[in-house]
Amino acid sequence: MMDIGNTSTRTDPSAAIPARPGIGARFNVIVTIVLLLVLVFAPAFAKNFFVFQMTLWLIYAIAILALNLLTGSSGQVSLGHSAFYAIGAYTAAILLNETGLNYVLTLPVAALFGFVAGFLFGFPALRLTGVALAMATFALAVATPAIIKLHVFEEWTGGVQGLFVDKPRAPFGLPISDDAWLYYLTLAVGVLVFLFGLSLLNSRTGRACLALRDNPIAASAMGVNVALYKTLIFGVSAAIASIAGALSAIAIQFVAVDSFTFHLAILLFVGMVVGGIGWLPGSLVGAAFVVFVPNIADGISQGLSGAVFGGLLLLVIFVLPNGAKQIATWLSAQFGAK
Amino acid sequence: MTHRSETVLDVQDVHVEFSGIIALDGVSFGIAQDEILGLIGPNGAGKTTLFNCLSRLYHPSRGDILLGGTSILQWPAHQIARAGIGRTFQNVALFGDLTVRDNISVGMHALTRGNLVSDALRLPMSRRTEARIRTETEELAELLEIADVLEVTAANLPFGTQKRVELARALASKPRILLMDEPAGGLNQEEVFLLGELMKRVRTEFKTSILLVEHHMGLVMSIADHVVALNFGKKLAEGTPAEIQAHPQVIEAYLGGGDA
Ligand SMILES: Nc1ncnc2c1ncn2[C@@H]1O[C@H](COP(=O)(O)OP(=O)(O)OP(=O)(O)O)[C@@H](O)[C@H]1O
Ligand SMILES: [Mg+2]
Repeated sequence: MMDIGNTSTRTDPSAAIPARPGIGARFNVIVTIVLLLVLVFAPAFAKNFFVFQMTLWLIYAIAILALNLLTGSSGQVSLGHSAFYAIGAYTAAILLNETGLNYVLTLPVAALFGFVAGFLFGFPALRLTGVALAMATFALAVATPAIIKLHVFEEWTGGVQGLFVDKPRAPFGLPISDDAWLYYLTLAVGVLVFLFGLSLLNSRTGRACLALRDNPIAASAMGVNVALYKTLIFGVSAAIASIAGALSAIAIQFVAVDSFTFHLAILLFVGMVVGGIGWLPGSLVGAAFVVFVPNIADGISQGLSGAVFGGLLLLVIFVLPNGAKQIATWLSAQFGAK
Repeated sequence: MTHRSETVLDVQDVHVEFSGIIALDGVSFGIAQDEILGLIGPNGAGKTTLFNCLSRLYHPSRGDILLGGTSILQWPAHQIARAGIGRTFQNVALFGDLTVRDNISVGMHALTRGNLVSDALRLPMSRRTEARIRTETEELAELLEIADVLEVTAANLPFGTQKRVELARALASKPRILLMDEPAGGLNQEEVFLLGELMKRVRTEFKTSILLVEHHMGLVMSIADHVVALNFGKKLAEGTPAEIQAHPQVIEAYLGGGDA
């Protein structure tokens, strides 16, 4: 019989292993600086089409980070984040078409709508854990395109036709292409979202989420309102996914139902796993995988590109079950050791 | 009987039943201010079940639990820590993937305030809270001699150390009443002795009452002010350690087989 008092954790009385090796800290700083420099200067050396691809990559990275923040902190699994991405995309497109709102300002509005949607969905989802929650979110992903096409919403969403959006121009007479401007906008938003997620994880709120993931009973005995924090983090995650969706509408200048099928939700999930669950920078790696690998696979064999993608995914999961996080941990330990 | 000051927590006629099994059957007792109350009984007597009622994980089918005269039975589980009841678990329930530092910090959740926006934007309020959590976490780690493992993942620590981490986490909320479920389980003779000393120290320094569930009779009889004995969900006896040790029914419950 299960006894709530006996909520034992793993007992591995092996040697104590530091969780955050301080020795790797300087290595991490160096990697971060190099990465930022590469991201900032890359457009100067790339063709416009590739800059556009990089913008898409960053947008996916933001959406994957959203998922990572949810699963990595509270342990809730979502196979439905395409729904929140869609909310952001349509919010931005509709605001841009119907009101004169500046495109940058559509982002916070999209975040707010996403948060409310996520928070509301998080409530019924509270009763569900693990596989059941995955199924419920998946149902949301499956239902999303049909809801968008509903007659009542058609006037706003454009139904199957979709919505077109004007391309933003580089402001302040900046001597860069419009594509480069969109890239920098996305990069700036990405950095802000990343810092937001990082501070959240290292705060009282973030620790409450991590605690309820590891042991909900002990967490509530420490005063953590498990239901509240689960829904809050779901809301935050949905808000960030929604920001990514809004950025996609602005970057692609077109919003179409077909972009928000469950296929997107699965891609985001795959990206999270490849990057490493719970490691926010891994979102960049995961996004690179889901954005660029299909292109590479296409290059290898048009007809078999799906099979090549699947094969590569299998390879990653077998060799690196913890995704890119595993490589980072290893490198950090190698280079950090004085 | 020795004189006991006014009770801070009253268990009144509590009944708990699990699909046919009566785990608690009309149990009543009180715990006084700054008292160490030993709760003993053979396996399956209902000790942990009682703790789970106090933590609001189980809801009694009858009876009441009063904290400072107010019933706690309408409160959600997460409000218990804020009301001043802290606990440790029978087989240690740490946040296994978190560091010792984070484990203790979560213990301060009930004592501190904050919100998502302020936390994510590192507003001054959150930074002050964070500084306070850091200082107090380190003080507790010092007290429990786990300062050197603050950055270690809890699951990787030996059992004895995990128990000290769990005690630090429980003390982090500055409880007025501390529930400890078999803290001596799995400890060696010397560690049990040190645990007893630590509990007495905690009682005076934190001004807390301690409700101690324990099978280690040596520990209970040496540090408890008052003892309640349970058997098959019923209160067998209550009194000073000496009285309980001499109580015929208690002796029988422990020596007379049963389902232990
Ligand atoms: N969640 C539960 N569901 C069903 N039965 C339970 C549950 N929790 C406890 N019980 C039963 O209630 C009775 C009392 O159990 P409890 O864990 O309170 O005993 P205990 O005094 O703590 O014993 P021990 O010394 O072994 O820890 C036992 O028969 C146990 O099997
Ligand atoms: Mg027990």
